[in-house]
Amino acid sequence: MQIQVKVNGADYTHEVEPRLLLVHFLRDVLHLTGTHIGCDTSICGACTILVNGKSTKSCTMFAVQADGCELTTVEGLSQNGELHPLQEGFKEMHGLQCGFCTPGILMNMVNFLEHHPNPSEEEIRHALKGNLCRCTGYQNIVKSVQYAATKMLKNEEVPA
Amino acid sequence: MSTTNGIIGKSVKRVEDKRFITGKGRYTDDIVLPLQTYASFVRSPYAHAKILGVDTEIAQAMPGVIKIYTGADVADINGVPCGWQVNFKNGDTMKEPKHALLVADKARYVGDAVAVVIAETREQAKDAAQMVVVDYEELPVVVDAAEAVKAGAPLVHDSVPNNMCYDWELGNPKEEVNEALAATAHITTLEFVNQRMIPNAIEPRSYNASYDATSEKYTLYTSTQNPHVIRLLMCAFVLGIPEHKVRVVGPDVGGGFGSKIFHYTEEALLTWASKNINRPIKWTAERTESFLTDAHGRDHVTKAEMGFDTTGKIVGLRIKTFANLGAYLSTFGPCIPTYLHGTLLQGLYTTPKINVDVTAVFTNTTPVDAYRGAGRPEATYLLERLLDLAAHEMEMDPAELRLRNFIPPFDGVNQPGYQTQVALQYDSGNYEGVLYKGLEILGYKEFRQKQQESAQNGKLLGVGFSTYIEACGLAPSAVAGALGARAGLYEMGHVRVQPTGKVTVFTGTHGHGQGHETTFAQVVASRLGIPMEDIEIVHGDTDAMAFGMGTYGSRSLAVGGSAIVKSIDKIIEKGKKIAAHRLEASADDMEFEEGKFTVKGTDKSVSFGDVALTAYVPHVYPPDLEPGLDFSSFYDPTNFTYPFGCHIAVVEVEKETGKVKLQRFIAVDDVGNIVNPMIVEGQIHGGVAQGVGQALYEGAEYDSNGQLTNASYMDYCMPRADDLPMFETTNQITPCPHNPLGVKGAGEAGTIGSTPAVVNAVIDALWSGGHKVKDIRMPLTPERVWRAMQTTKNG
Ligand code: FES
Ligand code: FES
Repeated sequence: MQIQVKVNGADYTHEVEPRLLLVHFLRDVLHLTGTHIGCDTSICGACTILVNGKSTKSCTMFAVQADGCELTTVEGLSQNGELHPLQEGFKEMHGLQCGFCTPGILMNMVNFLEHHPNPSEEEIRHALKGNLCRCTGYQNIVKSVQYAATKMLKNEEVPA
Repeated sequence: MSTTNGIIGKSVKRVEDKRFITGKGRYTDDIVLPLQTYASFVRSPYAHAKILGVDTEIAQAMPGVIKIYTGADVADINGVPCGWQVNFKNGDTMKEPKHALLVADKARYVGDAVAVVIAETREQAKDAAQMVVVDYEELPVVVDAAEAVKAGAPLVHDSVPNNMCYDWELGNPKEEVNEALAATAHITTLEFVNQRMIPNAIEPRSYNASYDATSEKYTLYTSTQNPHVIRLLMCAFVLGIPEHKVRVVGPDVGGGFGSKIFHYTEEALLTWASKNINRPIKWTAERTESFLTDAHGRDHVTKAEMGFDTTGKIVGLRIKTFANLGAYLSTFGPCIPTYLHGTLLQGLYTTPKINVDVTAVFTNTTPVDAYRGAGRPEATYLLERLLDLAAHEMEMDPAELRLRNFIPPFDGVNQPGYQTQVALQYDSGNYEGVLYKGLEILGYKEFRQKQQESAQNGKLLGVGFSTYIEACGLAPSAVAGALGARAGLYEMGHVRVQPTGKVTVFTGTHGHGQGHETTFAQVVASRLGIPMEDIEIVHGDTDAMAFGMGTYGSRSLAVGGSAIVKSIDKIIEKGKKIAAHRLEASADDMEFEEGKFTVKGTDKSVSFGDVALTAYVPHVYPPDLEPGLDFSSFYDPTNFTYPFGCHIAVVEVEKETGKVKLQRFIAVDDVGNIVNPMIVEGQIHGGVAQGVGQALYEGAEYDSNGQLTNASYMDYCMPRADDLPMFETTNQITPCPHNPLGVKGAGEAGTIGSTPAVVNAVIDALWSGGHKVKDIRMPLTPERVWRAMQTTKNG
């Protein structure tokens, strides 16, 4: 089947097998390998991307289901060479070790912060439930998200 | 010039992060080679079954299939070797049955590889693998180590009687310990299971092997923790190809925790097959495949007895452990229950008589090997559970009981190291220090008060202690050799100063989340007085450096970092000669500080960069001075390093359901000197999470047919963000006296200390409510805790 998608702002048209998972489409067809596979059963969250702005586990969707959608992967997170505040937060607060779970967590948290610009620790931990990290014990991930939230709130105030 | 000396001990942000947070990390599965093919394995669904036949005809004809190999095709190839030899008590060497690349005779655990299909795409390989027909005849199964040695148990390997790989003993003679225990005022006995754990790095194992016919060279990309050792084992013991024809690369690796140390059958098989089909072959495990085939950890069944005199002093310790090694010997499997477990049973205590007896056993389960901490968590669990239980039984304070038994402080310089009853000599320690610090952070007195009040109000609060020691910096070749390692375990560090003064450092260790690129650069920057930006750390490629032993057992900085320091010393020494030549002074009069060579007592100096350039574009060099500024060193320390610490858990147990809530976790760790506090803290956090996981959530569950019934993230419970509190971590610093950096290692501390602290806290909570529970089997699920309360209701 033929699908048309916009990924990180660029348009793609591809012929795909109906059974091809979206995550394999991104990794194997588009060579966007920032999106990872940790489980292929929608549990670990390593494959999380944005589908029409909503964080989605891309191992849970077929590529054909994404036809006509706008997708953002971790590769599309930085704008004009500037790190997204979340990316900066992860670096500043040591929110990653091996980095394998990180892209999925970033993409989940981007969406989360849109709806919870000033989250409590509890809310962040709750929102992270769909992502497994074996390295960090989550503590510094929580702090990274807090860092980003603070920074984003401040930036919003700036134009006023 | 700005000073870079202060860079040690600073939380420098990690240089490796940029590629990971932008999706530019390069993990093995990200690599696609020209003419790439894909492999899929046919694995036994039975834990024990004779293979009567393998029919590949239909599969072979399926779309995209290039080649299928079965056990018969690789029968002439050696199996993967074991790197550690343990002898039976009677001197016989351990039983070491062949671990074939694909089994031909019988499958010995669920997941044992019977055939491999290689096809044009991942999907085609998978489709065809499902159409390979294997005719199995099921055989009786044994999964429990203590059962497996009993007469009449099914045999995993026909050549291994009683399934016994070896029996082993360490410490004081049994009679002496028996005598000591017979005369004691109190004996605490604990029979327990240290359950089997599944490491679960989030990146599944992945390999990509290729062959170039013109150069006759193989390349293997592998998600490994030690590329050089994989190359050595594969070349020398399995495939018999010369090492210079093999390049092994461990690119970015998504966590290991031990499970990626070992040489796996798939690595050798794909490398061998890539030549046969003359195309690159990639295989990446799916999660369930990882559960079934990554080496597991722990899995001990133990009886331990500790005797105390009337003052609470420990007088003796007697241990009998059955260690489950799984179906085959993994690379380091035999050394975990013995040399990494038995030797740690002195703990932090002055116990005068210790005897440990270990029987290692084959069963129809996945091979068992090192998992974060490896052996030390099992030893610590045993000791710290005994101490806490003894305190409850003798109605003593658990902190006080420990204080009465600690080895007194010693620095290893003015006072000698501490010789244990079980073969080790501790380097330096201040064990009471970490406990006092922990008690202070906890607010111990207030806690006990609060606990009493809570118990009266029907709320069960508990505190659990664990004061641990571990042996890290796995290296001393002489010691390792004496303990059965089939290779010495030094490390290599190569420092190449480039003509412009930039520095490339090659290390034989391997980073897979530990931040080596940052920590090592800090060490180099501080020693050479140059900015970190001018330094590049290279690891994980056997073509880039001569040799290395990889990363595990918290050895990277203590051993690998020390090797780098050794090379830097050589660089400085030669730099002085070059500088002296430039300044027409004597090399003996040269000083090096903060990136500058200076003639003592003068202001005549030349910069590091100038010396570098002179080294490569020499003019009228004196005859005894060679051009170049490039040194490699091999560092082999004289002893292990011995980090230690005190972990304290506070839990609340819900009376009605048995659910445990971890309220606080305090970790005071002494890992020697610290180069990057932020990275060390991160290591502790991750370690604690894994240790808490063992205490409360995780564990492999085999049924009596040998089926791993929780082989997915849906069924195997790993800690998630909302299961854990913010950890309260801090450090004490007792430098290691025998390496130039004074470091001890931090990677495993969290895992080792935390498990017993949490279990002790739960048991303490139950005692506070009148439930005199001796033990609850890990993981402490609500059901198990609830049952324990029911059976001790009127206790
Ligand atoms: S790979 Fe999609 S959730 Fe794990
Ligand atoms: S950083 Fe390694 S899994 Fe999260």
